[in-house]
Amino acid sequence: MDKMPRWADVFLIPLISLLLAAGLSALVILAIGENPWAAVKMMVSGALGSTYGWGYTLYYTTNFIFTGLAVAVAYHARLFNIGGEGQAMLGGLGVALACLYLPLPHWLLALPVAAIGAALFGAAWALIPAYLQAKRGSHIVITTIMFNFIAAGLLNYLLVNLLRPVGSMDPATDKFPEGTHLPTLHDLLAPIGIEFSKAAPANVTFVVALLACLAVWLLLWRTRLGYEIRAFGHSEPAAVYAGINPVKITMIAMLISGGLAGLMAVNNVMGEAERLVLNAVEGAGFIGIAVALMGRNHPFGVLIAALLFGFLYQGGAELALWTSIPRELIVVIQALVILFTGALDHMVRMPLERIFLSLRKGA
Amino acid sequence: MAAPDAAKAPAIELRGISKSFGPVQANKDISIRVMPGTIHGIIGENGAGKSTLMSILYGFYKADSGEVFINGTKTNITDSQAAIAAGIGMVFQHFKLVPNFTVLENVILGAEDGALLRPSLAKARKELTALAKEYELNVDPDSVVEDLSVGHQQRVEILKALYRRAEILILDEPTGVLTPAEADHLFRILENLRREGKTIILITHKLREIMEITDTVSVMRRGEMTATVKTAETSPEHLAELMVGRKVLLRVDKVPAAPGAQILEVENLQVVDSSGVQRLKGIDLDIRAGEILGIAGVAGNGQSELLEVLGGMREAKGSIRLNGQPLPLSGAGADASARRQLGIAHVPEDRHREGLILDFHAWENVAFGYHRDEKYQRGLFMDNDALRQDTQAKMAKFDVRPPDCWLSAKSFSGGNQQKIVVAREIERNPDLLLIGQPTRGVDIGAIEFIHEQIIALRDQGKAILLVSVELDEIFALSDRIAVMFDGQIMGFRDPATTDEKELGLMMAGITDTRDPVSQEASQHG
Repeated sequence: MDKMPRWADVFLIPLISLLLAAGLSALVILAIGENPWAAVKMMVSGALGSTYGWGYTLYYTTNFIFTGLAVAVAYHARLFNIGGEGQAMLGGLGVALACLYLPLPHWLLALPVAAIGAALFGAAWALIPAYLQAKRGSHIVITTIMFNFIAAGLLNYLLVNLLRPVGSMDPATDKFPEGTHLPTLHDLLAPIGIEFSKAAPANVTFVVALLACLAVWLLLWRTRLGYEIRAFGHSEPAAVYAGINPVKITMIAMLISGGLAGLMAVNNVMGEAERLVLNAVEGAGFIGIAVALMGRNHPFGVLIAALLFGFLYQGGAELALWTSIPRELIVVIQALVILFTGALDHMVRMPLERIFLSLRKGA
Repeated sequence: MAAPDAAKAPAIELRGISKSFGPVQANKDISIRVMPGTIHGIIGENGAGKSTLMSILYGFYKADSGEVFINGTKTNITDSQAAIAAGIGMVFQHFKLVPNFTVLENVILGAEDGALLRPSLAKARKELTALAKEYELNVDPDSVVEDLSVGHQQRVEILKALYRRAEILILDEPTGVLTPAEADHLFRILENLRREGKTIILITHKLREIMEITDTVSVMRRGEMTATVKTAETSPEHLAELMVGRKVLLRVDKVPAAPGAQILEVENLQVVDSSGVQRLKGIDLDIRAGEILGIAGVAGNGQSELLEVLGGMREAKGSIRLNGQPLPLSGAGADASARRQLGIAHVPEDRHREGLILDFHAWENVAFGYHRDEKYQRGLFMDNDALRQDTQAKMAKFDVRPPDCWLSAKSFSGGNQQKIVVAREIERNPDLLLIGQPTRGVDIGAIEFIHEQIIALRDQGKAILLVSVELDEIFALSDRIAVMFDGQIMGFRDPATTDEKELGLMMAGITDTRDPVSQEASQHG
């Protein structure tokens, strides 16, 4: 018998966690002598008050959807992929190589080609940890986090020594050719008469991210592969009993996960920067863990959680820009949200379960 | 309160204990009195609330209402420390021992007298020697627990309780993992303890044990205490009826087997596990169509590995032929789905670990293992509608309750979970059915039904390999019995001409002394 209704598990717990995090953040802001209410208003207007704000919020959201989905897919096979950061970095390399070295005259062609490059490189970066886990039992958490560092080192080397244009002092690739420019939301919405900010980086990749949510949902709950991934995630002995090959499922789930993380690069490298720079991922791979946790590893939950974190990112940036609340405090607020929605989940869950149980008994 | 000058106060008295977990009422207004120096049995099906009641007595759960009296004094047992202080000791079904500690170290664990171990160990050694003499509780105090047999480990648990001055001993399904001889020894220990005035509560689902050793017995059904009777004044049939709430056939009706063609031939099957231990040491057996071969043995003597190899879950060396065709024993063709395609169905020993995905809906479980079948596919996707229809049909046929295909597997009772697994495997109409512990943790009503299904499959001319640690079940179903010990088959017997005593000796590894002719005769009984 479930201890509480599903809606409470899916909506009430994250909501309460969020309110607790917000309350504590407010106290912190008070403590440094600022007005928390003014800060909230600033965040909301900065992130959601204009199409410019939305443009940034959705841009960040897109990043987090991909990295969140990556964690979620692996989670269903009971694999904790915390290598999204590195896989997204390598995805960036895939995008850069495709955009720089393949003849891509139009974005309609460039988008799928670059996406394939991103997914392939991201998946490749997950391949070795996946193999080590499946064949040798090396823990995926350890290997993927080590691969984040290797990815950073590799990209550093490549950008400084091989991909940097001659004469440039900047460890970054050349700007991608004009044909690979992805349409921004402004470009997409203008023809249908919606005025969207020109300056914001949100682009067509957001639509790809929404499609990815749908695709992951179909994969997990409608296909045989998804069925096998979930069965394996729930019980490995049962999977063996049913003739599901653990090695194969571990590999496939991690490759899909790495591929999704890699896809993030289409948004930040191709859609925004239009060249590959050092540290392009900016921690989105790690945020993906919190997004997946908060989204209960469900693609639609991931979408909503990614929106929330997009809002926090953009709102936080505005806060740092316009108030004397230091940049570091924004990180504190984001960390509190992660702490409460992720790590302290049970703190909210336990009392809530008890309340529901006593309610049911009363009824 | 008990009158001070009346006869002795009960060692344990529970008055009106109730406990619910959310909407589930696990214990409803339960009252018992257990007199000192007696053995009191508590019997009931899985989920009847026996374990909950004992957990309340041992301080793991807090009762919603009701009172506990120990020796006539109202006692508030808040945790296991309080229970120990009140003189209650508990021997769990799954032992709570540290495997790489010695017996002595395990006994003093949590009951050390000070920061230094030496004095505690010396004291415990002295006491253990005394206890061993008094109650036939012989265990070498210096051996490491993981090297001991299960029966000896259980004695360590009892010693632990006695060392803590337990006057009341609760044993939860203590014979589940013992050979008949070990169980007999345990009962002798319990009788010694009773003679010394200890009070014992024995929780079991085996009617035979209740009849054999208890003075009084309480029957639980669906959280309620349905009856408390003197053991001498009742019968197994009567107790079974009290447990289930209706008349139950304790014997299975079946016609003699009519074995046909050879279905399965196993030769010199060997398995070495990942830690290098040889689990199967050359198994030879065969099963014919229309025959049930029962494998008896204490758990952990290679039966699980045998099922796993035949079911494609484990690689092995040797040879297996199905309908005369050799099966690959390693590599790609040796996995479980390959075996299923060849007509081997498998009801695994542990339905929670292997047979079901507990968090999946019933309809997701009903094709588990057969989910690659063409009829469940629709283009790129799985045909979930077909799965659900299939589930409803199977649930109706096997009387799974509640017949709701959207419930998750964990929401069903043990018996209904097992019916889902058995339905899935039997309905495939396999040539060979592997079935391990078919009725473990299954209520008596469902046991009857599952046994009937197994017999019906046999009568359709299918071969069945049955593995069970319940000798009663082996006797009730098998047409031939093989006994396994230490990865080997000790011999084959005809159920009509053997008895529990002989099988018990074979299960303990004592090679049979009968002449080889009669063994030959019973080969294909």
